[in-house]
Amino acid sequence: MKQLKTFGFYALVAVIVLQAVFPFYYAILTSFETGQAIFDINYFPHSFDFSNYASMLEGGDFGRQILNSVFVATVVVILSLILAVTASYALSRVKFRGRGLLLLTILSVSMFPQIAVLAGLFEVIRAMGLFNSLWSLVFSYMIFTLPFTVWVLTTFMLKMPIEVEEAAIMDGARPITIIFRVFLPLMWPAMVTTGLLAFIHAWNEFLFALTFLSTDSQRTVPVAIALISGRSEFEIPWGNIMAASVVVTVPLIVLVLIFQRKIVSGLTAGAVKG
Amino acid sequence: MAVDATKSKLSRQRVRSAWLFLLPMLIVLAAVAAWPLARTIWFGFTDASLDRMGEAQWVGFRNYLDWFDYGNGKGEWEGLLVDPRWWGAVWNTIKFSIISVSVETIFGTVIALVLNQQFRGRSVVRAAVLIPWAIPTIVSAKMWAWMMHDQFGILNDMLMRLHLIADPIAWTASPDTAMIAVVIVDVWKTTPFMALLILAGLQMVPGDIYEAAKLDGIPPVRVFRKITLPLILPAILVAVVFRALDALRVFDIIYVLTPNTDATRTMSVFARENLFDYDKFAYGSAASTLLFLVIALITIFFIFATRMDLAGDRE
Repeated sequence: MKQLKTFGFYALVAVIVLQAVFPFYYAILTSFETGQAIFDINYFPHSFDFSNYASMLEGGDFGRQILNSVFVATVVVILSLILAVTASYALSRVKFRGRGLLLLTILSVSMFPQIAVLAGLFEVIRAMGLFNSLWSLVFSYMIFTLPFTVWVLTTFMLKMPIEVEEAAIMDGARPITIIFRVFLPLMWPAMVTTGLLAFIHAWNEFLFALTFLSTDSQRTVPVAIALISGRSEFEIPWGNIMAASVVVTVPLIVLVLIFQRKIVSGLTAGAVKG
Repeated sequence: MAVDATKSKLSRQRVRSAWLFLLPMLIVLAAVAAWPLARTIWFGFTDASLDRMGEAQWVGFRNYLDWFDYGNGKGEWEGLLVDPRWWGAVWNTIKFSIISVSVETIFGTVIALVLNQQFRGRSVVRAAVLIPWAIPTIVSAKMWAWMMHDQFGILNDMLMRLHLIADPIAWTASPDTAMIAVVIVDVWKTTPFMALLILAGLQMVPGDIYEAAKLDGIPPVRVFRKITLPLILPAILVAVVFRALDALRVFDIIYVLTPNTDATRTMSVFARENLFDYDKFAYGSAASTLLFLVIALITIFFIFATRMDLAGDRE
């Protein structure tokens, strides 16, 4: 009986792992196949042909598009962290009227459906002359990275005891000094986690990138992959699509596996506070 | 007395600098969220089009509901509220959200329960479970589109080898299965998020409760129903609400996996089509506004229902 139970448990574990890993495994498999081989269904690797990767990286704008994505996500994360550190200090360490309402507003902004601001943002971005510029994404991505970073850093700072800054206040240190001398050194772990999650979010964003950029060389990676197409439905270059997918996903998976524990705690801090 | 005066001067100074610290963030949020939202709502009440946004004229509720008079005493209702395509999109969104979030909750709970056990290789399993979460939505949609290919897809091959289906299914192309295909991809992609949130709830349950139940010889299913489930219910609820809000605005998966079909067109897809593809900017703005209203109402209800302790004053 006990053995049966153990067997059942490990069978369940096997199913969980298999379903999680298989689609990506199969994408890698396909990315190494070319020509007619792609249309034979294989469960195990049997060819290692790098030509899909070569054609993605050489021909066209794919290299440029990866740089676009890196640029947008990096700048967005840096800007929102800078804004969020001071804001979350004010929200967590200083008691003032309207604080609860402000936090409520920030939380609701993070739940905004992006489509609700799409029309208005389109007008703003055109008026600022940012249409088809990467800065349009840096600007618009603030709508989800900023509330998220502020929220997580605020919950993190709320947990710190008053003693942390007591001595500095007694010495008459100015708030800005307290932030940079007292809190920043303590906040690095939280900032790495939130920064990483915000980076992933910005890296994956699709709707704004699809709407605010119009030429291939400006596009970010998700839109580029979504728009890869053949001349007809029967000529979709699946090998190229899978190669591109693997290229943009591997760095993310590596990051997630390295920062596994931090990500889990960051996700729960962002969501569970009820 | 003197001490009090210095103290209040100090705290006034702190409050002043607090607002100074908040100002940049507030300005940015106003520029990317509040103002664009207000403009979207305004566009919904105008005759704006993509090329002539500046000259938009106020037309009242015409985009929502309007009586179109033929001039001979007859006429018909027009507008979003009587548009069958819109209601189709609303129904698709509700169907998608309810089905995918329920399935994710069940699978997420199962995975969380497994990850909460002590067994060899647990950290490897947890890492593997995180992989779908780490893959960009667009990429997972493309990966599954390939696996669900009607002729060369491995999914049909698997199901046929297992004798679960007799003939290949055109998962994404057929209107009967398009919604199922979208739900499968969404469940695969977001169950890890659900599992992690529920796991966090599970880990807060003290271990000695299980010890006591074990000593009393209570069967595991009963332990789960009577002890674990009530204790992790708050965590599950939070996860469900977060996922539901996300599901209600679904766009990416549907745009990539099943474009242009009535079977899966959701509210977000409908709004974007009208905004940028059909040159009905005002109509699309009205649709966006309605979607915003729905999500805002659910959010407000959730915040009041859980009475969130936002400022941390209660601790």
